[in-house]
Amino acid sequence: MEPKISLAPEILFHIGHFPVSNAFLTMILVVIFLIVFMISIRLRFKLVPNRIQAIVELLIEKGLELATSIMEDKKKARKVFPLVFTLFLFILLSNMIAILPLNALVIHNHHHNEDFPIFRVATSDYGMVLILTLIVVITVQLVAIISFGPFKYLGKFFNFKGFFPFFIGILELIGEFAKIISLSFRLFGNIFAGEVLMIVVLFLMPWILPIPFLFLAIFVGVIQAFVFSVLTLVFISSAMKMESH
Amino acid sequence: MEVEGLKYIAAALAIGLSSIGSGIGEGLIASKALEAIGRNPEAADKITPLIYITMALTESLAILSLVVSFIILFVF
Repeated sequence: MEPKISLAPEILFHIGHFPVSNAFLTMILVVIFLIVFMISIRLRFKLVPNRIQAIVELLIEKGLELATSIMEDKKKARKVFPLVFTLFLFILLSNMIAILPLNALVIHNHHHNEDFPIFRVATSDYGMVLILTLIVVITVQLVAIISFGPFKYLGKFFNFKGFFPFFIGILELIGEFAKIISLSFRLFGNIFAGEVLMIVVLFLMPWILPIPFLFLAIFVGVIQAFVFSVLTLVFISSAMKMESH
Repeated sequence: MEVEGLKYIAAALAIGLSSIGSGIGEGLIASKALEAIGRNPEAADKITPLIYITMALTESLAILSLVVSFIILFVF
C-alpha cells in the first residue's frame, strides 16, 4: 500500500459543468468562517473592547503600522490595506487548516475505484494560488498605469533612447512575468511540500515523528502568508514611485 | 538505464543541487543580520521582520526546483 499523492486536486462532484474539487470545498469553508467571524465582531462593537475584539484590533493596528512603514505614506497605506490584509488572513487561515487531521476523511470513488480525501488545504492547489497571484499582479499594473499614465508606463519597458536602456527595458518586461512565477511558486511549493511531507511521515511512523514536521508546516504557513502580503505591498509601493536614473 | 530509474535520479538531483546555493545564501543572511543586531541591540525590532522576508525570498529559488522535482515525479 502506498500513499497516494497527486499534484492536482481531485474532483469530487460536478455542479452543472463546474467541477468541485476538494481544495475548492476547503476554500469555501475558510471564506465562510472568515465572513461570519468578522461580521459577528462588527455587530458586537463595543467602545471598551472584549478580548476577541482587542486581538483583532491589535492585529489590524500592527498590520497598518507595517504597511505604513513600507508605503511611507499613511493615506496610500490605508487605501491598499484592505486588499493586503484580506490576502494575509485568507492565506493564513487556509494554511492553518493543515493542523486539523482532515486527511482521514476519505470518500470512495467508484469510477476510478480509489479513495479521495474530502478536504485538502486550499493553497496546495496551484490554480488557487495562481488566481491570487494574478489578482496581485493585475492590481500592481493598474496602480502603475493610474499613477503614471499608460504611455509613460509603457515607455519604461520599450525605451528607445539607446542600446543599454532598451536592453534594461526588455529585462524589466521579463521581470514582470517572472514575478508571477516566483510569487505563485513560492506559496504553492512551500505549502504543497508541507502536505507531501506530512503524508509521507504519517505513512511511515504515525506516532511521535509527525510532531516536529507539524511545527514546521505551521511555522512555514504563517511565514509564507506574511511574505506574500509584504511582497504585495512592496510591489504596489514600487509601482507608485518614479524610477530615476 | 530505464526511464523509471532516471526519473527518480532527476527528481533527487533537482532538489539536491539547488539546496546548496539556497543554504549558503540563508546562512549569509542570518550571519549578517545577527551581526547587525549584535552591534546595535535596539534595532532588533526593525531587523526581525526583515530577516523573515529575506529568508523566504532566498528560499524561493530552492522551492522553484522543488516544484520541478514534484512535476517530474507526479506528472511524468
